[in-house]
Amino acid sequence: MAAILPYEYKYLRAKKKFPHVWCPGCGIGIVMGSIIRAIDSLGWNKNEIMLVSGIGCTSRMPVYLDFNTLHTMHGRALAFATGVKLANPGLKVIAVMGDGDALAIGGNHIIHAARRNIDITSIIVNNFNYGMTGGQHSPTTPMNAVTATSPHGMIEPGFDTCALLSAAGASFVARATVYHVVEMDGLIRQALEKKGFSVVEALSPCPTNYGRANRLGDAVKMMEEMRDNSVTVTKAAKMTPEELSGKIVRGVLAEREAPEYTDLYRDLCERVQGKAAEVPK
Amino acid sequence: MIPWGETRLVQGNEAIALGALASGIRFFGGYPITPSTEVAEILARRLPETGGVFIQMEDEIASISSVMGASLGGAKAMTATSGPGFSLMQEGLGYGCMAEIPFVVVDVMRAGPSTGLPTQVSQGDVMQARWGTHGDHPVIALCPASVRECFDMTIRAFNLSEEFRTPVLLLSDEVIGHMRERVTFPRREDVRILDRPVPETPVEWYEHYHPAPSNVSPMASYGSGYRFHVTGLTHDRQGFPTRRIDEVDEKMARLKNKIVRRLDELVEVKTHDVEQSRVVIFAYGSVYRSALAAQVMLEKKHKKVGVFRPVTLWPFPDREVKEYLDEKDVVIVPELNQGQLIHEVERLTSDCVRIVPVQRVDGYEITPEEIVGAAMEVM
Repeated sequence: MAAILPYEYKYLRAKKKFPHVWCPGCGIGIVMGSIIRAIDSLGWNKNEIMLVSGIGCTSRMPVYLDFNTLHTMHGRALAFATGVKLANPGLKVIAVMGDGDALAIGGNHIIHAARRNIDITSIIVNNFNYGMTGGQHSPTTPMNAVTATSPHGMIEPGFDTCALLSAAGASFVARATVYHVVEMDGLIRQALEKKGFSVVEALSPCPTNYGRANRLGDAVKMMEEMRDNSVTVTKAAKMTPEELSGKIVRGVLAEREAPEYTDLYRDLCERVQGKAAEVPK
Repeated sequence: MIPWGETRLVQGNEAIALGALASGIRFFGGYPITPSTEVAEILARRLPETGGVFIQMEDEIASISSVMGASLGGAKAMTATSGPGFSLMQEGLGYGCMAEIPFVVVDVMRAGPSTGLPTQVSQGDVMQARWGTHGDHPVIALCPASVRECFDMTIRAFNLSEEFRTPVLLLSDEVIGHMRERVTFPRREDVRILDRPVPETPVEWYEHYHPAPSNVSPMASYGSGYRFHVTGLTHDRQGFPTRRIDEVDEKMARLKNKIVRRLDELVEVKTHDVEQSRVVIFAYGSVYRSALAAQVMLEKKHKKVGVFRPVTLWPFPDREVKEYLDEKDVVIVPELNQGQLIHEVERLTSDCVRIVPVQRVDGYEITPEEIVGAAMEVM
């Protein structure tokens, strides 16, 4: 492991809140590092960053980062984030959630946040199971996978998170893995810069629960699997559906320009107040 | 926008919306539900005129969550709901108490359980208001009985929430919500609007949950330059999760003490001829109106009864109930439920006091005649 770069100290509540709760081999810390590097590369002020989370392993992240931080109820990160953003549209709002948090209990909120196209960046760390409660199946657990609550094999298909949120109206949708960390830095930066609802699904190993239950080997083995079993969007475009079967497609999966909600609300207020009419033509 | 000092014909729910606007509401997040919907509809029309935010969220859980996010972002915030929506908001209410977030929740009570009688009245949420969340903590709940009070108590609810840094419940009911009355609004200069105290300490010294001086510390907003952490986990003075016994104890004691040590400022009751009467009617909300009518009807029959009304339902007026009701012969408790606050009255009075229930759960109001009938049986 490389030494922590000095600038990362700038963003960590390093003296007070470490060591963190994540297991050895967990990828959430790598995602956190990506978020830090993306923010640092944008030169954003810490005071203008609002980091919101729900409940779960990923949702512990705000404790460690020296931004405005809000650790909410299970599944509700985006509903809280919507309130914060509307009350204070100048804040750069980021929601970090796990797959269960974002897509099961929070499934309703995330599709509506995407539909409104409110300017929030969602980072969904997908480790295919509920890690904090001991490895139960989640809405992204693959078919046949063994978890604590699918001990005989999963019989529900998993969500394609990116397709779901793209269909719901998100302005930017990307998938990354914690193995391709430089690529992830860039995708998170693009998501942060994008006006509107943006999503990065970050695939991440959970060797302690999901990996062990499915005999996927240690953290290194699970990382190598991400390396060997994934392709970029560009490469995927040249592959047949048969070749793509079972492959993880990385990169920007959807990007569109659409009116953003807080802008539309501000316009509405101006229209209602008659200010719009006063603007010289 | 507020008809200060004027006289108007106003609906109860409309008065709540006007009270919120008078308080300086900046955010309303809600979900349509009968019989509270007018509050949302009026604010949807009015809030953009003030630059405030109205948003219809995808459900009641999202509503209360967005309200808390907005409040932490510095906005005076409110939601309004009824029965099933109030149940969905319970986890959020607990979060608001734990994280000490000021906001107002209006519950226009309708008949349950479940979908029940959506367009009809009840007082079935009184105990849910007190005990509906998991874990335990005190709550503040106010109960209006007229349209003018809907206006005044919404302002009071906002003031208390800002002052005590906690959610405040306004427990209205379908009758009060949909009733129209002639209301003379107060003059602007006679109304006190409170805003939460904000910190003046240097950023690096700021503690989001400092205990001094009255268990409620000044509160910074997100984006103000004070960076802090908020969590529903039990937390230390800075807001970070803790399991240290001394810190957990301090937090939990403070949540309780910030309410129970200031009961004088919170608890409000109204009494009518209670001292001079051997028989007293204990009533609140729309039923209180029937109780006052019953008192007049009984007077004509030369029967003297008093009326005792808790205006603050939670914290419950323990001291006042003991003081006014414990020496009486009979306390009649009409309630639109199968017996909720009657147990509080029983708890606080001796066995010598006969407690007489008058209960309806069929969606209709308790009439003055029903109360008179109960009184005539015991007098």
